[in-house]
Amino acid sequence: MTAVGTEHRVIRVVVNGVPYEREVEARLLLSDFLRHELGLTGTHVGCEHGVCGACTVLFDGEPVRSCLLLAVQADGHVIETVEGLAPSEAELHPLQRAFWEKHGLQCGYCTSGMLMVLKAFLAEHPNPTEEEIREAISGNLCRCTGYQNIVEAALYAAQLMRQS
Amino acid sequence: MKPPRFRYYAPHSLEEALAVLAETADEAKPLAGGQSLIPMLNMRLARPSLLIDLNGLHELSGIELDSGAIVVRAMTRHRTVERSPLVAEHAPLLAEAIRWVGHLPIRTRGTVGGSVAHADPAAELPGVLVALDGTVQLTSQRGQRLVPAQDFFVDLLTTAAEPDELVTEVRFPFLPARTGTAWLEVARRHGDYALVGVGAVVSLAEDFTTITEARLSFIGVGGRPVRARLAESALRGQPVAAETWRAAAATVRGEIDPAGDIHASAEYRRYVAGVLAERALALAAERAREGARR
Ligand SMILES: Cc1cc2nc3c(=O)[nH]c(=O)nc-3n(C[C@H](O)[C@H](O)[C@H](O)COP(=O)(O)OP(=O)(O)OC[C@H]3O[C@@H](n4cnc5c(N)ncnc54)[C@H](O)[C@@H]3O)c2cc1C
Ligand code: FES
Ligand code: FES
Repeated sequence: MTAVGTEHRVIRVVVNGVPYEREVEARLLLSDFLRHELGLTGTHVGCEHGVCGACTVLFDGEPVRSCLLLAVQADGHVIETVEGLAPSEAELHPLQRAFWEKHGLQCGYCTSGMLMVLKAFLAEHPNPTEEEIREAISGNLCRCTGYQNIVEAALYAAQLMRQS
Repeated sequence: MKPPRFRYYAPHSLEEALAVLAETADEAKPLAGGQSLIPMLNMRLARPSLLIDLNGLHELSGIELDSGAIVVRAMTRHRTVERSPLVAEHAPLLAEAIRWVGHLPIRTRGTVGGSVAHADPAAELPGVLVALDGTVQLTSQRGQRLVPAQDFFVDLLTTAAEPDELVTEVRFPFLPARTGTAWLEVARRHGDYALVGVGAVVSLAEDFTTITEARLSFIGVGGRPVRARLAESALRGQPVAAETWRAAAATVRGEIDPAGDIHASAEYRRYVAGVLAERALALAAERAREGARR
């Protein structure tokens, strides 16, 4: 029997509304595909074993670790990264505005992961408690802020999104 | 931190997956949610030469009721279990425990079959399965078998599954009447692997003041989920009372034999296991009573 499977594959994915077709190595992580192949470096890579949450993106609308998915597994799926959040060059997403106004970041390394996990969370919980927000971001490490302003920014974003 | 080279194959049916696995079992690994396997590849702790991706096999996902049990197919995501009204109604212990499995983005991808097959000694689902005396369905080209949870989990990351077998279903039996359950655990942060966790199942007599049966299943205190058999048999026939739970905690501390590691010492785990047992038994008994009032 000839060897089953291949070390390369052609994939088609839609990222932030843009369709792409690329040939990739089977072992290429989705995080590296986004960053190195598509140049979308807003998705950060911290630990590459699922612990820090910096690489969180939306996969068919749900938050996932892009360092724990292979690019070949994204074939036929829809990905959203932090670059797709703002509605236009001139306008910020309510989450981005809230993080800005409430100082929800310092170095910014964790920020894209925080924004993406919160986007999915707030879509399901438009009126969350502080406790629920802390649980929602429990898988995202921040080494700068102490989380306080991130939680405040998330509460404020929820309020902005309810108003609009 | 990049995976080593491997070949990738995405079969289109379970039959095809089993045929490929039968040919390649010594070099292949099935890929489910990837939430344990891909970290191991990234850290090069695993070096399979072929990954068989099960994610396209829709026949392997779904939750249904079947002769006295709730059946969860292997590729059902943790998140789907968490949201399932069937699970909430028929397997409240599973519903309570699943929220402790990793964080939201881990549960989006992680699967029930993957958790069970991976058999981490601090994982919640194996503990729930052992508490409920559930079974694991294994399928290969050679056929199908049902393995009781007690026999399925052998040791740390070791199960009764042969390399050519896939976990295809996990069965959580219904609870008897007048029964309550509770899942409690201690972890550094919500979503981290548990330092110690316990699932308690308490059944009461018709008068609701006497225990007819109690089960305690611990995670994080051994290489696999551990039932506290001495405490369980001592609880039978005892009254529903604070002293009963306290006595059970003491028995638990005497019968378990946890190991210490960088996360917690053996003494700490032993002590906390008793505290959690006491609380979980009380809560499960309370819920057995509430269930009757509803
Ligand atoms: C940051 C982080 C925190 C976590 N915290 C927890 C936690 O608190 N509690 C917890 O329980 N888990 C936790 N996990 C692990 C998570 O629950 C995994 O999803 C789970 O252990 C494995 O499931 P999977 O579907 O991802 O399997 P995979 O990673 O795809 O596979 C795991 C292993 O099982 C084998 N396998 C998978 N499916 C099958 C099958 N159907 N038949 C035979 N073999 C199969 C694979 O070949 C592999 O060896 C955490 C993971 C991360 C990254
Ligand atoms: S880089 Fe993916 S979780 Fe840390
Ligand atoms: S702002 Fe620096 S890690 Fe969060």
